[in-house]
Amino acid sequence: MNPTQIAIALWTLVHKEVKRFTRIWPQTLLPPSITMTMYFIIFGNLIGSRIGEMDGYSYMDFIVPGLIMMAVITNTYSNVASSFFSNKFQRSIEEMMVSPMPNWVILTGFVLGGMARGLGVGLIVTGVSLFFTRLEVAHPFLTVFVVVLTAALFAIGGFINALLGKKFDDISIVPTFVLTPLTYLGGVFYSISLLPAFWQGVSMLNPILYMVNVFRYGFLGVSDIPVGWALAAILAFITVLFAVALWMLEHGKGIRS
Amino acid sequence: MAEPALSIRGLTKVYGNGFHALKGIDLDVAEGDFYALLGPNGAGKSTTLGVVCSLVQKTAGQVSIFGIDIDRDFARAKYHLGVVPQEFNFNQFEKVIDIVLAQAGYYGMSRREALPRAEELLRDLGLWDKRNGSARMLSGGMKRRLMIARALMHRPRLLILDEPTAGVDIELRRSMWEYMRRINRDEGTTIILTTHYLEEAESLCRNVGIINHGEIIRNTSVRDLLAELDTETFLLDLAHPIEAAPEVAGFEVSRVDAAQLAVVVHRGQRLNDVFEALSAQGLEVMSMRNRANRLEEMFVSMVEQGNSDKAAAEAAEARA
Repeated sequence: MNPTQIAIALWTLVHKEVKRFTRIWPQTLLPPSITMTMYFIIFGNLIGSRIGEMDGYSYMDFIVPGLIMMAVITNTYSNVASSFFSNKFQRSIEEMMVSPMPNWVILTGFVLGGMARGLGVGLIVTGVSLFFTRLEVAHPFLTVFVVVLTAALFAIGGFINALLGKKFDDISIVPTFVLTPLTYLGGVFYSISLLPAFWQGVSMLNPILYMVNVFRYGFLGVSDIPVGWALAAILAFITVLFAVALWMLEHGKGIRS
Repeated sequence: MAEPALSIRGLTKVYGNGFHALKGIDLDVAEGDFYALLGPNGAGKSTTLGVVCSLVQKTAGQVSIFGIDIDRDFARAKYHLGVVPQEFNFNQFEKVIDIVLAQAGYYGMSRREALPRAEELLRDLGLWDKRNGSARMLSGGMKRRLMIARALMHRPRLLILDEPTAGVDIELRRSMWEYMRRINRDEGTTIILTTHYLEEAESLCRNVGIINHGEIIRNTSVRDLLAELDTETFLLDLAHPIEAAPEVAGFEVSRVDAAQLAVVVHRGQRLNDVFEALSAQGLEVMSMRNRANRLEEMFVSMVEQGNSDKAAAEAAEARA
């Protein structure tokens, strides 16, 4: 395929993915908005007012970046996992497999589609948060950069999950038993400086902690961990996972008999 | 000499569970041909076509599409290939028009180029009025036609149809046959189809391959195959019930039920002799028809022969 044809193929796939999640917006865009509104009301307003400051900021200001990031991570991951698995399940993935579209375009198309939903939900949640606090962004470029990278990382993760999944249960196991606990323990609701030294060390093994902290640094200018290290770790994860996903596609893992 | 539309050499497929689906098959399909790949369930038809379409990974062998080796440049080979699979494989919740336009996009066709092509195909296949409806609302026959439209969007030179008329009513099947004949005749599209309706292969195809147990057991023209047919079975409906099959010298006659006889007629035998013999015995024949179509008889005998050869080989192997 020449570059124009590749661009058309990629646009077709991304457009199709965006159309899919916007068509079913009551299932894809509305629930995370409502859930995050509940978090803002209960944790930010009601409980947060009794907690006081965290790292020198009001509790509401402290949790907003983490909650936005949580929404981006879970929605990006689940969008790609469920969409690609549905394509496998309905065998409509064969439409792409019989076409001359390169595997990297298929992967990138699903990843961009998932990122579109994750970042879209992130924007909605950010909008909702404005009803509860006045957001200030200390490092706008870094904030956008890290949320885009994080969305890309979890979109690729969702893709691999869907490739490996054999039944619908397989694509809900990781979000339920891995992503959600890691997100909750990733410093969304607290600063790890509150933890005993041992648990601070354990927390440092949680990759989501780095993303949440860099994102919070972008908003507030404070972070529990070095920003450069965190960005390097995210980029390394993206590179490795993209290569793994592409290798699996090239070898037909989970899609070819 | 023109490259064949499809050339297969030594194609082997061993599944993870050790099942040898294809045992080194060789096959050539000439450009412009209308070719039937026949075989019982599990013979290897869909596996063969799956390898050609990149849906199944081959274990060994070589496949070329219009001279392009799929191991060297599968993407270029895929431009020449359109696929209509056995099972519905589109997103049932999408609109009909979106399904065909997306497929065009995957081949790098711009929307400006794809829209008129989509209209042409959907009109030809009687789906234009349904274009804005969800695919799941279509009848089974319409869904099959949608897959044909989708496969033709990028104007492939080789169209693969895996049981395209399965579950389609007779009238619709005839109209699909006519459409396939037209694109083969007018556009020169090479067509390979698998089917269980042997009447379909006899009616549509010029050449035929019969596959059984992962091996091509015949690859010839439909005409030559039928010429080899040396027996036909006729069913005779009698005016009055009988207790036992009558004796007719030189013919195998059996009683199907009280009012029907089956007569096996070998090449060179006269059917008139049967009627005369039956009349002499006071039996009146009201009507007559073939037990099955001719190709079906040939196919069944070949497959049965292949099965008994395989059983004998396995028994010999077990004894050894």
